[in-house]
Amino acid sequence: MKIINVITTLNDTRSKTLTSKLKTSFQKLESAHIIDSYLINKEFHQDHLDEISKILSNSISQKTTIGTFIPPNDTSFIIVINYLPGVTDNLATIAKEAIRDHLKIDFQADESIHSTKIILLKGILSSEELISLKTQLSNPLIQKFQVFTNQQYSEKQQAIFSPPLVEIKPRKDPADTVSILTMSDAELKELGKKGIKNQDGSFRGPLSLSLQYLNTIKEYFRKTNRNPYDIELESIAQTWSEHCKHTIFASPIDEIAEGLYKGYIKRATNEIRSNKGDQDICVSVFSDNAGGIIFDENWIITDKAETHNSPSALDPFGGAITGIVGVNRDTIGFGKGAKPIINKYGFCVGNLKDNEPIYRDASLHTPTLTPPTILNGIIAGVNEGGNCSGIPTPQGFVYFHNDYKGKPLVFVGTVGLIPRNINSKPSWAKSALPGDLIVVIGGRVGLDGIHGATFSSEELDPGSPSTAVQIGDPYIQKKLSDALIKEARDLDLYNSITDNGAGGISCSVAEMAKESYGCYVELDKVPTKYPNLAPWEIWISESQERMTLAIPPEKYSQFLEIMEKHEVESAIIGKFTDSGKCQVSFNKQIILDLELDFLHDGVPLNHLQTDYTPKTPSPTQILAPENITDELLTLLQSPNIASYKFISRQYDHNVQGGSIIKPLQGPGEVNTDTTVTQPLTPEISQQSKRAIICSQGINPHYSALNTYHMAAAAIDTAIRNIISAGGPLSHLALMDNFCWCSATEPYRLGQLKESAKACYEYAVAYGTPFISGKDSMFNDFNGYDKNGEPIKISAPPTLLISSIGVIKDYTKSISIDPKLPGDLLYILGETLPEMGGSQYLVNKNDDQNEHVPKVNASTATTLYNLFTAAAEKRLIASSISPNLGGLAIALAKKSISSQFGIEIDLTNIPRPTDFQRLDFILFSETHSRFIVSIAPENKEAFEKHFQQVPFAHIGHITSDNNFTISHAGASIIKTTVDELTKNYHKPYLT
Amino acid sequence: MIKTLIITGLGINSEEETAFCFQRAGSEISFVHINDLIQNHKILDQHQILAFPGGFSYGDHTGSGNAFANKIKNHLLEPIIKFADQDKLIIGICNGFQILTNLGLLPRTESNHPSREAVLMPNESATFQCHWTDLKISSQKCVWTKDINEIELPIAHGEGNFYCSPATLKTLISNDQIALQYKNNPNGSLHDIAGICDPTGKIFGLMPHPERFNSFANHPNWQTKKEVLVRQKQPIPEIGDGQKIFDNAINYFQ
Repeated sequence: MKIINVITTLNDTRSKTLTSKLKTSFQKLESAHIIDSYLINKEFHQDHLDEISKILSNSISQKTTIGTFIPPNDTSFIIVINYLPGVTDNLATIAKEAIRDHLKIDFQADESIHSTKIILLKGILSSEELISLKTQLSNPLIQKFQVFTNQQYSEKQQAIFSPPLVEIKPRKDPADTVSILTMSDAELKELGKKGIKNQDGSFRGPLSLSLQYLNTIKEYFRKTNRNPYDIELESIAQTWSEHCKHTIFASPIDEIAEGLYKGYIKRATNEIRSNKGDQDICVSVFSDNAGGIIFDENWIITDKAETHNSPSALDPFGGAITGIVGVNRDTIGFGKGAKPIINKYGFCVGNLKDNEPIYRDASLHTPTLTPPTILNGIIAGVNEGGNCSGIPTPQGFVYFHNDYKGKPLVFVGTVGLIPRNINSKPSWAKSALPGDLIVVIGGRVGLDGIHGATFSSEELDPGSPSTAVQIGDPYIQKKLSDALIKEARDLDLYNSITDNGAGGISCSVAEMAKESYGCYVELDKVPTKYPNLAPWEIWISESQERMTLAIPPEKYSQFLEIMEKHEVESAIIGKFTDSGKCQVSFNKQIILDLELDFLHDGVPLNHLQTDYTPKTPSPTQILAPENITDELLTLLQSPNIASYKFISRQYDHNVQGGSIIKPLQGPGEVNTDTTVTQPLTPEISQQSKRAIICSQGINPHYSALNTYHMAAAAIDTAIRNIISAGGPLSHLALMDNFCWCSATEPYRLGQLKESAKACYEYAVAYGTPFISGKDSMFNDFNGYDKNGEPIKISAPPTLLISSIGVIKDYTKSISIDPKLPGDLLYILGETLPEMGGSQYLVNKNDDQNEHVPKVNASTATTLYNLFTAAAEKRLIASSISPNLGGLAIALAKKSISSQFGIEIDLTNIPRPTDFQRLDFILFSETHSRFIVSIAPENKEAFEKHFQQVPFAHIGHITSDNNFTISHAGASIIKTTVDELTKNYHKPYLT
Repeated sequence: MIKTLIITGLGINSEEETAFCFQRAGSEISFVHINDLIQNHKILDQHQILAFPGGFSYGDHTGSGNAFANKIKNHLLEPIIKFADQDKLIIGICNGFQILTNLGLLPRTESNHPSREAVLMPNESATFQCHWTDLKISSQKCVWTKDINEIELPIAHGEGNFYCSPATLKTLISNDQIALQYKNNPNGSLHDIAGICDPTGKIFGLMPHPERFNSFANHPNWQTKKEVLVRQKQPIPEIGDGQKIFDNAINYFQ
């Protein structure tokens, strides 16, 4: 084995940044220097090695050495970080491709390249500091971290750099029989929780099958007179997992026999579609990888949002990149394949200032990652995934709550674009036919991501498997996406397509097999990353960047030609049949033979019972403050309200050339809740000014008080943000992402039922259909505190509502920043004393009192329709809808974004006559309100237009730097635009 | 009609918006996958303009644009040099600029066999940066920036920090090859360089993205401009300033 080291000699910003970051924690550290090394696990002549070092580096800014890196004598410590065996190494993949192309040589199965990072440290570090360095610089789940003194290093030399090879012993039989027919209930329980027992007594990892499920499976095999093979149990476990089957939403619950999904979510969509008649905007809902609505007469837009919570808790970067690249595949897997055109994100993490460690194990050896580490990691993951794929990521948010400490929530979403018809057939329809080839394209299969589906259906505990962690490769997927969307799709080369997500091919193939009613898979034909994987592992592995297609045999050679050109690997792994069976073989031996009906519909559903009564709120004990200006400035810098410009500026939102309303608005760069994007195609852009408008709503701080109103809040927020930016209610759809906790407890189920009920009622009231959704039911952490006492931290019941709409003329869209001094400020809608769960009280550690805001959909609908008509007439110059922090924060954002002064008088704000507490008026989070600025010449027309709803003229925009709010002649808030800007943009994450 | 060949594949991602601007300028477009071009480089003869769009070729691994440039060196260098040496135009935007620089087609201070003379290193901030930036046009020679004095364009890159040796910089200045400069240097670039051209002015590479300012409404401050126009009862413009760069290319052949 040879080593090539690439040393940056010019402008080494990576090392500089690392040095300054480490210096904040380690006072006596002087410098850190990063070197990229490649382990070349293949024999080469010296002149070839010289060639290789040239192509892996830049001769102007870097130099290279060949052989074990020799550190300068004054180096204090040498750190070597490499990936653990089997972990995706994207840099090494490209290096290998470059070498292959340059030297025109092939790599044999046992030859490889591996990337390694060497960090040279100068300075003094204690042994404790070296340990803490390990957690700062590496993640033990995916990386090996070694640290040496100069002397230790020179003694060991080559031994330090051994290639991380996966070595698996060959198996005798392709599958083991599991004797469940003779198992007792206790043995079945153990099987469900710990997984199938290996011959050495170890367990394979959770099947997450309940005793009831296992007894159903036992009964099935009793009828077929045999015990199952391991792969059959693993396959059923994947398909029946909460993650895949969503049994909690499907099960009867209390009086709702059809369950929450059919009884509330889907029912809302069905009723709305029939109410709207020929104005229905839905095309394909709930049946595909994403939901699709009409964009215009020729195009469909799709939307899908996912979560990737459990993997992100363990490896934030890997979890998040896999999440965003995975949801892109849901778009590519919509109908015959939609093009991803907008990415969205939402990161929910614990309190950044919470330093109290918690542990996964009782012996306190494995601490969880801290909230700042998690947030930095997930931000970087979506950065790499989104930017590298060339998909703009304009829309997103960050949200903090103490109870996301154990398990963060990582929401990722993608909007897609697809013609309504392709080759004169509806693009959204697809069906595998008997006789079609089963073809898998993209990445190869490895041990990464085994048990991902069953693992995310479990609470996080010490046994959480590290093989559940994967790292995405957006480069492989970009090639795959181009090959499909830009070529193969329009040549009509396949009948059906789906994404490989949770459960890998075990789920994708079995799902598509429903279309033809059967499948026969030859697992030995699946390309793998390394030899000797067990067939059950190949079947359920969630290795990334793969799609499954149904291809008529006569079309395969043309399909393969396209894949080869794009350098995308393609393999035929079987045939779709009409046998009614899912059959799998390995080297011709059948090792899985299940009836399709049993696999898909055999899962027993329980009748769930709930027990939940929302809290009756009490008044808060917090007194009105003397100085409200200070309250405003403090609130402005709290992380749920403050700027996250540092994220927006590292996520490319201009790529694809259609950015209209951007994530940062006005010269003061305020993060917006709504973005507008025009899909840039010659057909659309040259003929119309139609654009897509997106927003999101999330209010987990209301959950402790009332989950019905929490859900209503998320829906109204997601909708009114769109209205505020000029989008109409008539062309607007929603998606639901429920992230719950302890979803087997009647109390939590009751909270869930109430929120699902609100989804039904408000969606119907607004006429905005749900088009897609996803749930994640067990966002709980079971571990230990610093004293070794068991603790459980449950994420607050969280519902993300994503909204997507179409605006006919983007020149009529409205940004939040006031445009010109002298413009008048109005409030539309009534303000109520609704302080429960408000950021104002949460920041004062009181999130359990006062009334949570309620949504009145009927008055809101009137206001929203009037607003849209006013936008159509260009009566409104800027608009913001008060969200977290209420009126005062919304006004501050108007001032910061435009960098103009504002003068406000609260006296006439529409409100109940007995509502006079000023801090509450300013910080109440009452829904369905807008603060707009208008041109003075539009005053009369504007007031006439809105005469049937509560509104008030509350002030105006000034050209000076003063931000003042008064009430009945008395000054309440007096500060400057500069002061507001400084507090809003104060960084909260280092 | 002028024909533009736009290179695609292996992680390039901005080909459609680049094509959109060329098309609007009046060019015909061929999207050609790099592997198709390797198979049949004669396609180049049918085109007057060659564009390397933005993107993340090879995921930016081993240095932005490096692996893609190596691929071209291995298979396509001679045909591309032949193209460059005719009276034809080449543009490289962002990743495309990084590719042309790694290939040595830029700055190519001497018209001999191209060799690497400059580098686009990681940004001073060591992070990917996406925002709009003010630029001034310096070169009188560059075909692509003709009649533009100033322009605002978005940048989106992690490695845009231009560097070359003092001697090369001197030649760039004396040859009038510095086409585009930042007014507020965002990434540490030597001499505020945002884009350069070859000594003929026909090959142009730049880090900012003109194709992402294709519409008036792409500009971050368009809402205020629009509001002023509406109040003055003036029409709202349609086209963004970035289009001029593509128009210049087509006009060169008129």
